[in-house]
Amino acid sequence: MIRTIEREELDFLATGAWILGTGGGGSPYLSFLNMRRLYAGGVRVALLDPDALDDDEAVAVVSNMGAPLVGQERLADPDFATRPVRMMEAYLGRRFRAVMAVEIGGGNAFQPLLVAARTGLPVVDADAMGRAFPEAQMTSFAIAGLTCFPLTLADIRDNEVIVARADGWKWMERISRKVCTEVGSIAATCKAPRSGAEVKRHAILRTTTQAIRLGAAVHAARRRHDDPVAATLKAGDGKMVFRGKIADVQRRTTEGFLRGTARVEGLDDDRGSRFDLAFQNEFAVGWRDGAVAVTTPDLIAVLDSVSGEAVGTESLRYGQRVTVIALPAPPILRTPRGLDHVGPRAFGHDTDYVSLFGAADAGCAA
Amino acid sequence: MRRIGIDVGGTNTDAVLIDGGSVRHAVKTATTADVLGGIRTALAELRDADGGAAADVQAVVIGTTHFTNAVIERRALQRVGALRIGLPASASLPPFVDWPEDLAALVGGVVAMVPGGHEYDGRPLVPLDHGAVRDAAKRMADAGLRSIAITAVFSPLTAACEIEAARIVREEIPHAALTLSHELGRIGLLERENVTLLNACLQDLAAHATAAFAAALAESGIAAPLYLTQNDGTIMHADLARRFPVYSFASGPTNSMRGAAFLSGLAEGVVVDVGGTTTDIGYLKGGFPREANAAVAIGGVRTLFRMPDLLSLGLGGGTEIAADGSRVGPRSVGFRLAEAALVFGGDTLTATDIAVAAGRVTLGDPRRVAALAPGFTAALLARMGAMIEEGVDRMKTEAGDVTLLAVGGGSFLIPDRVAGCDAVVRVAHHAVANAVGAAIAQASGEVDQVFTGLGRDAAIAAATAEAERRAVAAGAAAATLRLVEIEDIPLAYLPGEARRVRVRMIGDIGAPAGG
Repeated sequence: MIRTIEREELDFLATGAWILGTGGGGSPYLSFLNMRRLYAGGVRVALLDPDALDDDEAVAVVSNMGAPLVGQERLADPDFATRPVRMMEAYLGRRFRAVMAVEIGGGNAFQPLLVAARTGLPVVDADAMGRAFPEAQMTSFAIAGLTCFPLTLADIRDNEVIVARADGWKWMERISRKVCTEVGSIAATCKAPRSGAEVKRHAILRTTTQAIRLGAAVHAARRRHDDPVAATLKAGDGKMVFRGKIADVQRRTTEGFLRGTARVEGLDDDRGSRFDLAFQNEFAVGWRDGAVAVTTPDLIAVLDSVSGEAVGTESLRYGQRVTVIALPAPPILRTPRGLDHVGPRAFGHDTDYVSLFGAADAGCAA
Repeated sequence: MRRIGIDVGGTNTDAVLIDGGSVRHAVKTATTADVLGGIRTALAELRDADGGAAADVQAVVIGTTHFTNAVIERRALQRVGALRIGLPASASLPPFVDWPEDLAALVGGVVAMVPGGHEYDGRPLVPLDHGAVRDAAKRMADAGLRSIAITAVFSPLTAACEIEAARIVREEIPHAALTLSHELGRIGLLERENVTLLNACLQDLAAHATAAFAAALAESGIAAPLYLTQNDGTIMHADLARRFPVYSFASGPTNSMRGAAFLSGLAEGVVVDVGGTTTDIGYLKGGFPREANAAVAIGGVRTLFRMPDLLSLGLGGGTEIAADGSRVGPRSVGFRLAEAALVFGGDTLTATDIAVAAGRVTLGDPRRVAALAPGFTAALLARMGAMIEEGVDRMKTEAGDVTLLAVGGGSFLIPDRVAGCDAVVRVAHHAVANAVGAAIAQASGEVDQVFTGLGRDAAIAAATAEAERRAVAAGAAAATLRLVEIEDIPLAYLPGEARRVRVRMIGDIGAPAGG
């Protein structure tokens, strides 16, 4: 129920988390470097299965918030990541049993590892998205209607902010985003703490393991000179959606988000067809020859057809050989409430959820 | 205008004398271990061969892989002081953190991190700690370090901390060679700092090499200013260039592309340079190589600065072919081609053998490959052609046909017709394309900056004005300036319509600057 994350699993986690980032989430490279350095110094981090949590134990939910560009100059740092967790403990007057990621997709997959390296707390094998999403209300905890407060936020300087209450998840997103901007568009946060019972019932479970498994499959395929895309699909129970080359990319920023579209022209079996992708930081909807083929919350990832490396929405480029794949969304995101928060309409697309993994389970309880 | 261009490669030193639009004379000699010998021989040959015409050249331009090779081979590197300004940010990832261990051990001297730096919008991160900078400088002085690399958080946007720290360091180490990151790299602290450290560890070698180049020139009796070529296909006066050896890292492929443009008379197109082991593919825009927008590793160190955007394929004249035709490369016989290939009496089936058997080129003894079936060789040539075709297409940034410029000793592997290309131009005299590319180089100025609160047009105008200023400072005549590259990318999660704008201007060198 608790085990040590091995050195080589850090590489796998970096690769797997980047795939689960579905085009966004920020690159895990700098956080990975931190962990590699900490491991070289003898530190080891433990991974705790959620079932091992007692119902009333407290779990810290952490994330690094801000603009990827700023993260390239003000680099990820375990001490910085740990401060909001200590703040939250002081505010609540109790200690955490473990720490977990709000978002397994992208750089935030490593945030709880950075905290764990400093505090000795184990990392819970779970997150609240099962992928990456752009906003705070796009979590399984928000979908389940859990409280959104308190939130602690730390800056590298001696600025610490506690959002004691907020009138719902969207308010929490607006207020914390504003503070984050003021301190330089990057901040470490500790979200509303969760009980062991809440994690077991409402988190997306075992996603750290899933990310490590995906990354391990890609690395193993590369070593054997096998097809890393096929290995990703096998390891993630995914489906190949489209194979081709990028023919056009349009980008714009509105309300702080990177929005845009990309067009892929078919190659191999898809020759003669086209595939359009819409993104808001992450990929949201895909159309095959004008018809909706795949939508959020299913995970839409764009992989380099040769290396299997995930391609971020910021680095899409004309001429890249890519394979669009879909991985199944966690069940809670497929419920009607889930789709309200993270379905295509939440990203401004007037279309129903279309899945390659069977119809949404209307009756499935969260 | 008469100019001499010299390309100092790992194997050969090539030199050309250019007069106006044409190549007057070209020489090829072996590169000597001390580099100098080859240059001396090449200059003497040019001087003697051209009946005194070389006496009134206006510029001598040298392109060299000397500094790249020093990093790759880990030789002649000096220990540096690494000063990072940015605490309390980024403390856990100190300078050299992602370097190969052997290189870090060779180059790493005193490492110091001090408070300071800026935000993306120009506000100070925290005030620069002058005392901490002075303490660090003293420790570096005590350690006997004479080359210091200074990197501050967000310095490409606000360079004030690096400039102030440099002033303090100079007080403590009066004759130190200082490299400031904002003069070299882009946003991306680690990658920019890596470039700065690499530049710092090459200072002694660069000073020594440029002095030697100048001595060889003086010895030859040619009284012309000396310039060195940079990664982007432009030049810097040797006195300035010796401060920035990293800017010559990619001058080999860059000069080859620029030379191909000049020799073919084409400013737009894709240059496919097929060597013995690899094929390098790069795009020419306005006569210059398109720049890379992603990290490039040099000697195992991740960097992000002005480098050409190149795609390297494992295909060349020496590429090994499986006897049953099932596999093309990636192994190559490389420089052993002249002994290993079937047509040269060897026993390895190579791409060159296939081309000879198919009648694409005449080399060695064609009888030694006469047994290869026409269907077999045709299928393999088609497959190699398809590799090139796909590479050309992968590097395209927009739809539409381009002109392919074929260069390199293995360019016979490029088919006469390539999908996505309106023509395949086989460049004459491509053997000296590098030296020609050096001879024709111009001066440039580049800006790569994030703008907030300005509209798109105003941000581009501000970047353009600054690029013009820098081009003139590098030696360009203002009247000849033109825009060669412009790009703007909106950025996520930043307020105030933040966008990154990159602009590059170039111009002819003005009156022999500083010469």
